[in-house]
Amino acid sequence: MNDSPARLPLRTAAAVKLGNLSSTLSQKMGLGAGGMIGGRVALKLDPQALNRLTQGRKVAVVTGTNGKTTSTMMLARAVSALGEVATNHSGANMPDGHVTALSKQPDAPYAVLECDEGYFPAVAGASNPAVAMILNLSRDQLDRVGEVRTIERSLRDTITALKDCTIVANCDDVMVTSAAWNAQKVIWVATGTGWHHDSASCPRCGNPIQWQGEHWHCTGCDLARPHPNWITADEAMITPDHQKIELRLTLPGKFNQANAVMASAAAHALGVSTDEAVRRLRGVSNVSGRYRTIHRNGRSARLLLSKNPAGWSETLTVVKEANHPAVLVINAQEADGRDLSWLWDVPFERLQGRTVIASGERATDLAVRLTYAEVEHTIVPDPLKAIDQMPQGAVEVIANYTAFRDLNARAAADE
Amino acid sequence: MSESTIQIALVLPDLLGTYGDFGNAVVLEKRMTWRGISAEIVPINYGQPVPDSCDIYVVGGGEDTAQTLAVKHLREHPGLQRAVTKNAVVLGVCAGIQIFGESFTRADNVTHPGMGLIDSTSHAGGSRAIGEVLAEPANGLFEGVLTGFENHQGRTVLGPSARPLAHVKVGTGNDGSVEGAVQGRIVCTYLHGPVLPRNPQLADLLIEWATGTKVAPLDLPAVSAMRAERVRAAS
Repeated sequence: MNDSPARLPLRTAAAVKLGNLSSTLSQKMGLGAGGMIGGRVALKLDPQALNRLTQGRKVAVVTGTNGKTTSTMMLARAVSALGEVATNHSGANMPDGHVTALSKQPDAPYAVLECDEGYFPAVAGASNPAVAMILNLSRDQLDRVGEVRTIERSLRDTITALKDCTIVANCDDVMVTSAAWNAQKVIWVATGTGWHHDSASCPRCGNPIQWQGEHWHCTGCDLARPHPNWITADEAMITPDHQKIELRLTLPGKFNQANAVMASAAAHALGVSTDEAVRRLRGVSNVSGRYRTIHRNGRSARLLLSKNPAGWSETLTVVKEANHPAVLVINAQEADGRDLSWLWDVPFERLQGRTVIASGERATDLAVRLTYAEVEHTIVPDPLKAIDQMPQGAVEVIANYTAFRDLNARAAADE
Repeated sequence: MSESTIQIALVLPDLLGTYGDFGNAVVLEKRMTWRGISAEIVPINYGQPVPDSCDIYVVGGGEDTAQTLAVKHLREHPGLQRAVTKNAVVLGVCAGIQIFGESFTRADNVTHPGMGLIDSTSHAGGSRAIGEVLAEPANGLFEGVLTGFENHQGRTVLGPSARPLAHVKVGTGNDGSVEGAVQGRIVCTYLHGPVLPRNPQLADLLIEWATGTKVAPLDLPAVSAMRAERVRAAS
């Protein structure tokens, strides 16, 4: 068993108290879920709060473009085999969210923190993680987050400088491999996930990356796909000691299998047996509303979150299996990225022949994309009304970040 | 493929495809095929020679290292440059405007030679220009306002042989005053969105140049609605 967390200095203890009070007030007054405000107050009062609150705990940090929330929840479930885990699984993934989560569970010896890619250097620097899990890196909200290579560079610098941290990294992702290449200790996971559109050229030397099946190498420097320690196989994983374990997840899709194998590898690094980890992962079914099904007027609508081209591409693969009508919901608020050019990187052509409704605040931008993809559709900006206009039965709803958040909150209020 | 098929070269989508600019090629193709004009997209990936036989070339935006690699490839395989001398139509977006010029200078002060297709030089500006843009087409080149989304650090200065594409009303464009460039049948712009789904008039202008015939209007309600929304949002 791990030591219990260190006693907090007076300043941090007071900051945490006031922070917790603000979270409770925020919830009670109906201002928010209280996931961030408490941390924001505590960080104002004690800028070192994150560092102090993680002292004495074993910390795992999870970052990447897609799958952070699901993987964080999976890892937290697995690590709870060892003891209480403080975690921020509501998507509040910046330092204020971390401080809020840690403040609420001051005695938890473990912490599993989902971290926005842009904040990884600050959070990894402050929290002295035992494990950092790097899922994938692809284009996402270019106007807000910046270009993929800038993110890769900052992760690389941070990871290279980290001491006593095991990096769990996806070796099927060129950007992630480059970021983790110089880590002191790294465990490579073959996830089999396939977005290659941001890695035609090497992030280190600019020369072309050459692919042969699953293998890849840079034609200009020594960056190449490392030999994986863990492998995602069809609905199963292969462990470092060559054991094959069936995954049998509740969550759908190849990308969730990848998340599960990454989480198992990270849990293993923290001391959880693989069988125990997988047993716990299977129970994960609803991640902050993702994959939940809502029932309205004879329709059962499954809610899926996709934020960027790689995410949409994977989700369209999941919904392809059944030919259900689809409601697609697009917003372009600050948190989504204001530039919707990325809609043209999503293979919406796959929805041809399906009943489709374009929805959300930017339904008309989506309608233009669907028009040119020759996908017949109607426009209903309100997603709940869009669900009601579908034939009775199963409906798939795919929404981007704020669209999903708002829809999920309204659906929860209706229930 | 028949002689009369209009070939749209999608130039280095693996390097210059960061901002959805692939959509420009799709819009050109669909607006032709829907009108009964045979058209096809020809992707030209990194490592492949660039043919000089296509009718329209579409070049998108990309990150710095990808842009450097792209210009190296396009200089080693000068099919695009040969096509320009044969009157091909070219659309260059963002990185396109920078690499088509005489030179471009990055934030690290290193100057790279461009392809010399348009009379312009580009350099890094102080801040990144990000947001919606509205601009009035120059010289009555096409009808209606030009709308798009910009996200770039480069600033571009046009020489006497290049004319601006439009005059900026909202946003930054080349320098806060003019946006893009036109030289012969080469059109450059900083605007994503992508630019042709946002501006079907510009798409049709390129199609008319390539086919040599006037095209009938296409009524796409979603496109008109989206343009109206974007113009309202930017104003």
